[in-house]
Amino acid sequence: MARLISEINKAALNRELFRRITREKVNQDIGPERTTWQNLKAVFLSNKAALCCLIILVIIIIASLCAPLSPYDPDEMDLVNKMAAPSAEHILGTDEMGRDELTRVLYGGRVSLLVGVLSMLVSVIVGVFLGTVSGYCGGKTDVILMRIVDMFQSVPSLLLIIVIYSIVPPTMTTLVFMLAMFSWPSVARIVRAQTLTVKERDYVLAAKTLGVSHHIIIIKHIIPNMTSQIIVAASLAIANAILDESTLSFLGYGVQLPKSSWGSMLQGAQQWMLYDPLLALVPGIFILLTVLCFNIIGDALQQALDPKLN
Amino acid sequence: MKKLLEVKNLRVSFHSYSGEVEAVRGVSFHVNEGESVAIVGESGCGKSVTARTVMGLTQCPPGEIKEGSEIIFDGRDITKFSEKEWQRYRGGDCAIIFQDALAALNPTLTVGHQIEEKLKLHGIKDKKEAYSETVRLLTAVGIPNPEKRYKAYPHEFSGGMRQRIMIAIAIACNPGLLIADEPTTALDVTIQADIIDLIKELVKEHNTAVIMITHDLGVVADMAERIIVMYAGKVVEEGSSEDIFYKTKHPYTRALLNSVPRLDLDEEKELEFIEGAPPDMTDPPKGCAFAGRCPYCMEICTKEEPPCYEFNEGHTAHCWKYHEYAEGLFGEVEE
Amino acid sequence: MKSFVFKRTVQMIFVLFLVSVFSFGIIHFSPGDPLAMYKQPGMHKMTVEQEEALKEELGLNGTVTDQYIGWAKKTLNGDLGTSISNRLPVKDQIFERIPATAGLMAASLVISIVCAVPLGLIAGMYNNKWQDNLISTFTYFGISIPAFWFGIVLIILFSLKLNILPSGGMRTIGVDSTWDLIKHGILPALVLSVNNTAVFVRYIRANTITQMKEEYVMTAKSKGASGTGILFYHVLKNCMLPVITLVGSRFGMFITGSFVVESVFSWPGIGQLGMSAVNNRDYPMIMGITMLSCIALLLGNFLADILYGFADPRIKQGKE
Repeated sequence: MARLISEINKAALNRELFRRITREKVNQDIGPERTTWQNLKAVFLSNKAALCCLIILVIIIIASLCAPLSPYDPDEMDLVNKMAAPSAEHILGTDEMGRDELTRVLYGGRVSLLVGVLSMLVSVIVGVFLGTVSGYCGGKTDVILMRIVDMFQSVPSLLLIIVIYSIVPPTMTTLVFMLAMFSWPSVARIVRAQTLTVKERDYVLAAKTLGVSHHIIIIKHIIPNMTSQIIVAASLAIANAILDESTLSFLGYGVQLPKSSWGSMLQGAQQWMLYDPLLALVPGIFILLTVLCFNIIGDALQQALDPKLN
Repeated sequence: MKKLLEVKNLRVSFHSYSGEVEAVRGVSFHVNEGESVAIVGESGCGKSVTARTVMGLTQCPPGEIKEGSEIIFDGRDITKFSEKEWQRYRGGDCAIIFQDALAALNPTLTVGHQIEEKLKLHGIKDKKEAYSETVRLLTAVGIPNPEKRYKAYPHEFSGGMRQRIMIAIAIACNPGLLIADEPTTALDVTIQADIIDLIKELVKEHNTAVIMITHDLGVVADMAERIIVMYAGKVVEEGSSEDIFYKTKHPYTRALLNSVPRLDLDEEKELEFIEGAPPDMTDPPKGCAFAGRCPYCMEICTKEEPPCYEFNEGHTAHCWKYHEYAEGLFGEVEE
Repeated sequence: MKSFVFKRTVQMIFVLFLVSVFSFGIIHFSPGDPLAMYKQPGMHKMTVEQEEALKEELGLNGTVTDQYIGWAKKTLNGDLGTSISNRLPVKDQIFERIPATAGLMAASLVISIVCAVPLGLIAGMYNNKWQDNLISTFTYFGISIPAFWFGIVLIILFSLKLNILPSGGMRTIGVDSTWDLIKHGILPALVLSVNNTAVFVRYIRANTITQMKEEYVMTAKSKGASGTGILFYHVLKNCMLPVITLVGSRFGMFITGSFVVESVFSWPGIGQLGMSAVNNRDYPMIMGITMLSCIALLLGNFLADILYGFADPRIKQGKE
């Protein structure tokens, strides 16, 4: 009745093979979900640009940390040798007071990076806290918090910081908080959106029905499930903090002497750019490189998280 | 009857992060002029990819149409088309209706413009002529007040009306082949029948061939002359709709039929579902892809590709169950 | 639409109120005497009566609440008070500076949009091809470069080394030609646009990529439309719509950006006025400029939303 119409490999057949079997239910092996760290590793291994940026960043950070190893004192003036061109002794030359430029840039990097990292930490902590609360609680809390976020995002932040700085003494601490004050809202927004999706997941609902208390659900279930998003937000927050810090310092409202960051070095160098353009270029290149690396890494992570973008 | 479309050994893969997904693995079938053919299968079985490839809509990359695949339309192999030829073919020779008309229509253009666009692309340059043709099409698909609705935007229509507009776009310029990719899935049950009737009526009028893609056997029962059943990127059974419904040969088709709710069966009989899940197409299993879920599974099924058997003119199935060695193993084969 | 406008207006007034209270509070709770500059050694010593009169004139009498109410009343009547540093009306001084800043912002907005639209579309169309990689690299620099430093680099290059463009100011003294104005304006406008251009390009690129994946693009393709036909007839409008909102939301960046740029190029605009006001603790001036900036920013957002409503058929009908 049935007519074979396709070719068949007769040699491979024997009656033995035609016995009924009940196949064990093969569980589709979906594989364990990759952890955040494995994800990060995968991103850096597959994205050459991100890897390059990571290496550059690590070099800049280590160099800044090792700044005290420099044979020069960043504040020691040597007026005989002022504005010297790069040489074997002074790799990047000296500034208008004869201080070693490379040493000063590395010390400046410590300040810039520290301010960037600290204000990122503050804004991530505040942003994650308020974002999860807003997303998890919903209702009135959510509306009020989101209005506050809207408000912080709808005022010219730099201007307000400058206004505040005409009153508050500019120290590293105030600078960190000022920068964080205007950068937590964007973190809070991202975290809230993520909380909204995570809180509907089965394991959160399960935990809820089991009577686990809210703060434990938030700490144990919700926050760990958005580490990647938080890392992305943190990376972009550092980039913005460093950029804003340098702008403020350049305008004279940031890091104050005797400490100097890349931005405040540029403030000093601006008036000498006619005589020694290098002084005005070097700290800027460091700012650019650092911010660029953080931005590219942040973007690479985001793309890996959201394949839709690519 | 003349073959309008012939697909031979079509293989399509998609390259993704997790590896190569073999969406279509050697599909062959044909469609005659004016004939209605249905391709049936679960989601992910490759039926939509097949249809979109015939339409030339598979994005490459990430998609890849494998070497050796042939799609012959009206005597020409469309896989070797130039971009210009593609543009003439798409819309002119072949048209498609998508599942979700809301997504498939441009939200910021009036429906009139969207229909006219196709007319202009395929020869009707005169503005007045294009307008009157658009109004005629809107009338033909049953949009009341066509002159007024010409200026409306997609979001101003109901789901059923939007699908009618998709149909109007598709039948504009009288293509020889109409592909309907799950045209009723997104619609209310009450409207589904209307849309199917409309498609039936229109293709009959113009002698248009139809490929109906669906996972719902109920939808195709009274429309398709022939049915192709696909599973995991392959054709498992093919035949006239009578063959498929009443002389079912492949265990998968049987399972699919049993999972359709029917009014004519005993109330006591519970609706069956197919246990398990379709295989992972990044690493398709050896042998028959359905083996893991098949109640008739034999050892051979997990080792060798099942051969193709023909039962009567045009009714074929790929299954080891019909091999001589398997005779008597399952009792009488049900007719 | 009407209720939308009403809601947004109420919201804007509320934000303005909060910002004014906030800035007013900060300024007035700060330590230090606002009249310090009148009491510098070497200046004529004021009598108590004179000081009182001066305080009265500058609105510094009474409690902070009284001062705020006094300030708010005057402000609502269109009087921004008198500058502490030069005792001229704040309003006049600000209005005098508006054209310089507004002109700079307008020029850089035009530059940003004119550059960003084609670049963003090209990058989106050729996603991950060399065109995209090249443009994306530029945008990364654009968002990462400190504007003031970019200004310094341009000055070093074009003014000090090549000597073809002036390094600062708005006009050469004694020269009154448009060409002179343009020459002074090129660098500041360029610096102010670089960041915004990059942000716009990134946004339009991402938008183009998502739009190109929409199913309506598939439909257009199935009708037989060509790649460029799809881009111009279908995708362009849908891509550009959200850009309206984006431009509105970037208004704040234009304002703070102009502060920085004006300071680098000594451009005589609001930013410079603001900087000197902050340095001199010129409270009425600081308040005036803060409020003006906020109003400009909020109005920018608001207008963008309205415009969006008119451009997108879905919203237009939904709101009416």
